[in-house]
Amino acid sequence: MEAALAVTWLPVCQTTDIPADGGACALVAGEQVAIYNFARRGEWYATQNLCPHKQQMALARGLVGSTGELSVPKVACPFHKNTFSLLTGECLSSSDLPGIRTYPVKVEGGVVYVGL
Amino acid sequence: MQGNPTVVVIGNGMVGYKFCEKLLAKSTDFNVVVFGEEPRVAYDRVHLSEYFGGKTADDLLMAPTNWYRDNGITLHLGDAVQEIDRASQTVHARSGLVQPYDYLVLATGSSAFVPDIPGVEQAGVMVYRTIEDLDEIKAYAATARSGAVLGGGLLGLEAAKALLDLGVPEAHVVEFAPRLMPRQIDAAGSAMLQSKLEALGLKIHLSKATSSIVGEGKVESLHFGDGSVLEVDMLVISAGIRPRDELAKLAGLDVGMRGGIVVNDEMQTTDPRIFAIGECALHGGMIYGLVAPGYDMAEVVVSQLLRGARAFTGFDMSSKLKLIGVDVASFGDPFIAEPHSRAIVYEDAHNGIYKRINISPDGKYLLGGVLVGDAEAYSMLLQTVNNKLALPPHPEDLILGARGGEEAAGAGVMSLPDEALVCSCEAVTKGMICDAIETQGITDLAGLKKCTKAGTGCGGCVPMVKDLINGVLTAQGAYIKNVLCEHFDYSRQELFDLLKINDIRTYDQALDRFGVGDGCEVCKPAVGSILAGLWNDLIIKQNVIQDTNDRYLANIQKGGSYSVMPRMAGGEVSPEQLIVIGQIARKYNLYTKITGGQRIDMFGAHVSDLPDIWEELVNAGFESGHAYGKSLRTIKSCVGSTWCRYGLHDSVSLAIELENRYKGIRSPHKMKSGVSGCVRECAEAQAKDFGVIATEKGWNLYVCGNGGAKPQHAQLLAADIDKETLVKYLDRFIMFYIKTADPLMRTATWLNKMDGGIAYLRNVVVNDSLGLCADLEAEIALLIANYHCEWRKVVEDPELRKQFTHFVNVPKSKDPTMEFAEMRGQKMSSAW
Repeated sequence: MEAALAVTWLPVCQTTDIPADGGACALVAGEQVAIYNFARRGEWYATQNLCPHKQQMALARGLVGSTGELSVPKVACPFHKNTFSLLTGECLSSSDLPGIRTYPVKVEGGVVYVGL
Repeated sequence: MQGNPTVVVIGNGMVGYKFCEKLLAKSTDFNVVVFGEEPRVAYDRVHLSEYFGGKTADDLLMAPTNWYRDNGITLHLGDAVQEIDRASQTVHARSGLVQPYDYLVLATGSSAFVPDIPGVEQAGVMVYRTIEDLDEIKAYAATARSGAVLGGGLLGLEAAKALLDLGVPEAHVVEFAPRLMPRQIDAAGSAMLQSKLEALGLKIHLSKATSSIVGEGKVESLHFGDGSVLEVDMLVISAGIRPRDELAKLAGLDVGMRGGIVVNDEMQTTDPRIFAIGECALHGGMIYGLVAPGYDMAEVVVSQLLRGARAFTGFDMSSKLKLIGVDVASFGDPFIAEPHSRAIVYEDAHNGIYKRINISPDGKYLLGGVLVGDAEAYSMLLQTVNNKLALPPHPEDLILGARGGEEAAGAGVMSLPDEALVCSCEAVTKGMICDAIETQGITDLAGLKKCTKAGTGCGGCVPMVKDLINGVLTAQGAYIKNVLCEHFDYSRQELFDLLKINDIRTYDQALDRFGVGDGCEVCKPAVGSILAGLWNDLIIKQNVIQDTNDRYLANIQKGGSYSVMPRMAGGEVSPEQLIVIGQIARKYNLYTKITGGQRIDMFGAHVSDLPDIWEELVNAGFESGHAYGKSLRTIKSCVGSTWCRYGLHDSVSLAIELENRYKGIRSPHKMKSGVSGCVRECAEAQAKDFGVIATEKGWNLYVCGNGGAKPQHAQLLAADIDKETLVKYLDRFIMFYIKTADPLMRTATWLNKMDGGIAYLRNVVVNDSLGLCADLEAEIALLIANYHCEWRKVVEDPELRKQFTHFVNVPKSKDPTMEFAEMRGQKMSSAW
């Protein structure tokens, strides 16, 4: 059922616009989306740019990394170092914070697409 | 499942939810059906006031809606049960649904008690209980000039805080008793609390019996028994709770005279198949209006259903809370008096602190007490009462702290018995925590929270839990090694040496060679700092491993803007430079302020403006001030012998020379410095990481001081030395710090942890006891030689400039969510 839902893919930027093992923010259909180029693992992720802790548009400027035995990919907000799973959006550092929205992302022909 | 017994839970509040959670954790052999009267699933009423502080209703949920479905629970929301038919063992809901049960759990909670005062039905009179109530309060508060809360108990003060938070210009608290919180704290504590709350803007009216609520369809004033009148636009009633026992009463179960469903120690009502838990239950003549005993009752019912033997035998009502920013706690028996106990009281009206402990007449045991204004000792005091720990010879130390340089004589957390309850919200004992650490290999708070749930409720026990973790690990003889993080099994000092010997230049090389996984927000900047301390390359060549300030070469501020600070070595600045700063600040609309380090900071710059701003600064001869770096910030100086009639030497010139020598060098944490021209010490050099003071014979060098949260004076490293010797010692000292401190450790902490302290440090730096000094001098010489102005490099490099955008796909566009307010004619960031 989940796969059957239609995703609209929007081209956003060139792959070279997002630094390797870092992130950048893009404006996608009016929304601020943080896109992460997890080059070390050859993976791409996208989440909302807003950190829910103090409502700051900052996650794209955060440090990416991984945690735990399963090496869950994560991003740390630059303001107070709250961390969020890039897979599920769940807040890993505090049970008091809500999760963040994640977006599907794909790369084709050197172009990064975000799904809405 | 067919054949499994059915448990029906009436009420989906905190305790009803907790019962489901606890039952499912122990058994999946029950069909669980939940009826909730409210339209939403259980939420956290204890933290309800945070709804006004920006949390949404969803943030407050105990568990998301799909949790119930995922755990096989049948949930009927917005459907109140109207009748229990005990003969047929069914419940009848308003929707017409008839649900059979094998066991029934009543978790109907309580409602706000509304006294029968004439006029109470007026519009603008509300209670403080549910999210819907809060929405109503919010709506009235938007236009109210004056609001009152009826009731000066715990909940009433919470409601008063809500009025303040919502910006009601005049907030009143009306209490019938002669003091606030009469059930929790004593008269002197109440008085202290009252004066603190009044200082915060609350107007408090005591000994007031409200005789009527007057208004033309909407509340306009309160009239009191003594004839006085208070004009208000809104009134929140918080006069206590009333157990929701009507359903039980209708079903013929015993209820108390003043409400509450009568239960035994097994939480059974007069029908053994029906249990009652939480605020609707009357146990031993008591209604328990706190969440922790409710959770304990839930645990008891789970045990009963699984044929266990747990019983409820009353609950400690000690509590600690923060009321409008004021800590208030009471524990044990707060009121017990002579001749059954003796009180030790500490009162500090200046700082608004009141502490009272009641000790047994023989001085051996602690019986209870009250804390207002400072409740830090609460957890330890509560443990001392509950576990009947013997008091130290000077029990006053428990509230005053030890004096005379000795450590507090009171027992530390490791001396508690295993059955001591550490987390009362989740009923986790010291023994359970220690067991988790010892047998399941847990070494940190996050792991322990997952495993035992300790610290996941109110969070008050977290400091004690952390002490237990460290205590157990130390007791195990575990060598607690300060490894960087889960990705590097080395201390910063070990890694520094490894990266140097192996000529490692990038983070990726370091991770591939010495680490595991993909790195994180701890090890990336730490390795970045080590690499900078080894080679002093341009740090933003590896911008994705730097913390945001180093990534954007500017300090991130509230709202996501950045501040810009050019270097003004020694605090010296020319009129021409001041004009340039003024012109740039005006052009880019920046807030300007003189900093504590004698230079000018410009705030509120958009990330995409930073290269343009710096281009103008660089062209005017400025260079980066490294205010964003873990590096030398400024060297503050007094005016010295060039102008001052007391000055012995030229402190400004020395400050400029030293600042230019060490500028830009990255260190484990920031470094601050000062140079004073005489013993009057106007540059406050003894509060700095390194400080220099002129003497008749030369200079005195002080090291390892800091201001900040825990001020510490610098200590004298060498006296009456000439400038060449001073620079030599400083070279060695700074490099030794760069190589051996932990990440983000200031020099003061570094020295405090050093075996042998200042004497050892002096031996290394002055007497070369480790034979390191030649290396240290060579290493720092390399760093000094590699100095570059980072901003000049960026300004001159179009590729580096491109990194400074908010939207990668619309580079010219700024963050539209960034907002500024105005204050004293300049802009400021808007509050978060």
